[in-house]
Amino acid sequence: MIIFYVQYRFDVLGLHEFDSVRKRMSVVVRFPDNSVKVLVKGADNSMFGILAKDSERNDLVRHATESHLTEYSSQGLRTLVVAARDLTDAELEQWQRMYEDASTSLADRAQKLRQTALLIESNLNLLGATGIEDKLQDGVPEAIEALRQAGIKVWVLTGDKQETAISIGLSCKLLSTDMQQIIINGNSEEECKNLLAAEKAKYGVKSSDGKKNSSKSKENTENNHLEIPNDTKSSNVPEGCSGKDEVNASLALIIDGNSLVYILEKDLETDLFDLATSCQVVLCCRVAPLQKAGIVDLIKSRTDDMTLAIGDGANDVSMIQMADVGVGICGQEGRQAVMASDFAMGQFRFLKRLLLVHGHWNYQRVGYLILYNFYRNAVFVLMLFWYILCTAFSTTSALTDWSSVFYSVIYTSVPTIFVGILDKDLSHRTLLQYPKLYGAGHRQEAYNMHLFWITMCDTLWQSLVLFYIPLYVYKESTIDIWSMGSLWTLAVVILVSIHLAMDIQRWIFVTHAAVWGSIVITYTCMVVLDSVPILPNYWTIYNLAKSPTYWLTILLIIIVALLPRFLFKAVHQHFRPSDIQIAREAEMAFHEFMLDMALRRHLVVKFCDEFQKAEFAPVIERNGWH
Amino acid sequence: MEVEGGSRSAGAGEDRTIPIQSGQPMAFFQFTQQNLPACKPVLTPAWVITACLLMGFIFIPIGLVTLRASHSVIEIVDQYDTECVPEVHKYMKAPIYIYYQLDNYYQNHRRNQIPNVVGFCLCICFDSKLTPRYLPESNHGLPIVPCGLIAWSFFNDTFKFIRERTELMVNRKNIAWKSDRDHKFGKQVYPFNFQNGTFTGGGSLDPSIPLSDQEDLIVWMRTAALPSFRKLYGRIEEDLDEGDLLEVHVMNNYNTYSFGGKKKLVLSTLSWLGGKNDFPGLAYVFIGCSSIIISIVFMLLHVKNPRAYGETAYLSWNRKSISG
Repeated sequence: MIIFYVQYRFDVLGLHEFDSVRKRMSVVVRFPDNSVKVLVKGADNSMFGILAKDSERNDLVRHATESHLTEYSSQGLRTLVVAARDLTDAELEQWQRMYEDASTSLADRAQKLRQTALLIESNLNLLGATGIEDKLQDGVPEAIEALRQAGIKVWVLTGDKQETAISIGLSCKLLSTDMQQIIINGNSEEECKNLLAAEKAKYGVKSSDGKKNSSKSKENTENNHLEIPNDTKSSNVPEGCSGKDEVNASLALIIDGNSLVYILEKDLETDLFDLATSCQVVLCCRVAPLQKAGIVDLIKSRTDDMTLAIGDGANDVSMIQMADVGVGICGQEGRQAVMASDFAMGQFRFLKRLLLVHGHWNYQRVGYLILYNFYRNAVFVLMLFWYILCTAFSTTSALTDWSSVFYSVIYTSVPTIFVGILDKDLSHRTLLQYPKLYGAGHRQEAYNMHLFWITMCDTLWQSLVLFYIPLYVYKESTIDIWSMGSLWTLAVVILVSIHLAMDIQRWIFVTHAAVWGSIVITYTCMVVLDSVPILPNYWTIYNLAKSPTYWLTILLIIIVALLPRFLFKAVHQHFRPSDIQIAREAEMAFHEFMLDMALRRHLVVKFCDEFQKAEFAPVIERNGWH
Repeated sequence: MEVEGGSRSAGAGEDRTIPIQSGQPMAFFQFTQQNLPACKPVLTPAWVITACLLMGFIFIPIGLVTLRASHSVIEIVDQYDTECVPEVHKYMKAPIYIYYQLDNYYQNHRRNQIPNVVGFCLCICFDSKLTPRYLPESNHGLPIVPCGLIAWSFFNDTFKFIRERTELMVNRKNIAWKSDRDHKFGKQVYPFNFQNGTFTGGGSLDPSIPLSDQEDLIVWMRTAALPSFRKLYGRIEEDLDEGDLLEVHVMNNYNTYSFGGKKKLVLSTLSWLGGKNDFPGLAYVFIGCSSIIISIVFMLLHVKNPRAYGETAYLSWNRKSISG
């Protein structure tokens, strides 16, 4: 080590690692002058407890240190207190023995190491305090702002001091100066209870029953976790979900780990929950790792809201695992959080994209896919079911066994998969620009009971059309059962494919290939199956393809079955458009506008090209046209 | 699990260049980054109105053409029990198809599909050298050819057509599907032990004629889809004039009375569309007219309550702040 340009050699005799029980770490070092010292650094409240008590020097230094600490933390620096002590030979020998024994023991190693550490971490001389600037990552304030606009409540859980946490909160725009701050710092259960009750009464917070679903509508909320001040946890509750007062929107709750100890263990959880959910921001400081998990559990067990926890250190692992979605940031503190998480990312600001863009897309896709799959299978089965009415209730199937099996596997599965992977309702730019569009997920707009039953009614109608139109067209004719089956097979496949095509919001060549290709493949499979002499439906399709009635019937079926859906969609989109519909139209309008501009620019450049370039070159360059 | 490296451009709103891994073609990269060029259709009122009008203008002519074809078909249906005297009320051009129609007859019942559909037991019959254990039914220990419930209930009414005391020639060849004749029913397979049991379900077969020539049987074996169906009996190759009185001598062998079934004789000409059926034509015309009406209604609604396309003032949070 180089101190003041002189190189010194230090021997490290032993290292006691940081653990969250002691909240400090120490190293035993032999100095070049052969003296052995133990150097300890840690959080202030754990260090002040192990200093030498009866030293005047210590009291002086202590006062100075405390004032430095306050100064540093109000600047948002992360503080540590450093202390040291000389070790006598006897102590050193005793410690070395215990250390060797503890570090090689097979049982209770952590406990033994802790006891060894306690042996030397006592009667220390205070050296001073350090403050480290832990710079906020890029884009954190914007990300938090976007998440808040999306209706996600952001809570911060950190192990730092309260002042540090508040100043970090202000710097990343989580807290604003016009917010009412509720500070809960209690030292006993009674005190916490009184404080909570007083604050609740002051701001008129209504109590929930303590049961689940205190909010009337079940909504998705997410907990976000802010990375910098040592892992914050955010919980999301949609704004105004229980019809709470708008005044409460600018409340901030600040609570420290000490109070949380009393609250989380006793029956005060409900009070805390009521108060916390009516605040816009919750900041918890000096929180131990298990308490972080306890706070996530507080939300999870009392509401249907979704919680997301994001963190980057090993002390966030329990919280990440407790939340519904755990996000780990692979950063300077190692990959512990990453290994325990569901999603891993490099920076906090990527969370915005993960939620607002990919979260939104996946919700829309999954919601639609579920409804479509119900429809696709139900329409097929119902169509077969109605035929039973014509077979004296004996369960004859007009479709060949092969077609019945292939329906789900080959004929209609590929478009479903591709739409589920590739379809997007809005571009990522729009979603990032309007975070409030995320609320579509909170309001369950892509999959809810109402939508499900409407889909089922539509399915019923389509299956009736599928069955009865061929029935009336071929009434009292020479049609045989396999021809009818062939008609139904092709009709149902074309119907579900065109149903899907009506709902696809973004057509790329892969989608075209999947949808139209599956119809072509269906027809090919039917031709192949009908060329096998062993099967009963031999040569059916060849006979039918020549008959114009067949094709006219299929066309009629498609149009009649899909007409109600088409009209419903058109009317709904025009007269009661959802936010996503309007955003899509705005996107299209913007896109057309940009195309228009590009076209004009292109025309201007072409115009310039026709004349001598030299004349217009300065004009072009000045305006930045290329 | 998604891992986003630091090089990904994030939501700053500006496009930074994403580094492309070497060796990957551009198209594949675009596919994995979900950046393919796309067409994003939006259902505007203009599209709806255009679509409905187009549908109307296409469907109504189709419907009218189909109706006309259906009306050009002349059909005589006569239910017979004891006597059958169909009257020709319009000039019918040859060939005239003769069908027998059965009502309330569930040939599509599941029992008919045991043993495992017709083709199975007949195809096995291709090679008469097969030992009897492959044939599913047996009577007195001997196999039955053709087997199955449908074959056993073979329709056996016969019709003789007399016009002005001369018998009309009824062509009973080529009434079954060619594919059935050639591939489904073997040329080397002869009826054997057929209708020899205690109960006779229907007609019997000449054991000297191979199955591929027994066209009545082949037509009958083609399972009908619906409970009320027709099957081709034969063709009359002469024209029938208006007012002709046909006397039909019916050998009424087939017993449908026990289950309330009805038998009818049908004489019909065919058009390019098939037999007489007004339903497709009427349906098309109806749908065409409805589409036009719908497009007019929609146009009126749109004129009355226009909504600006893509106007962000309609977004729910903007609307809320406007209305206070």
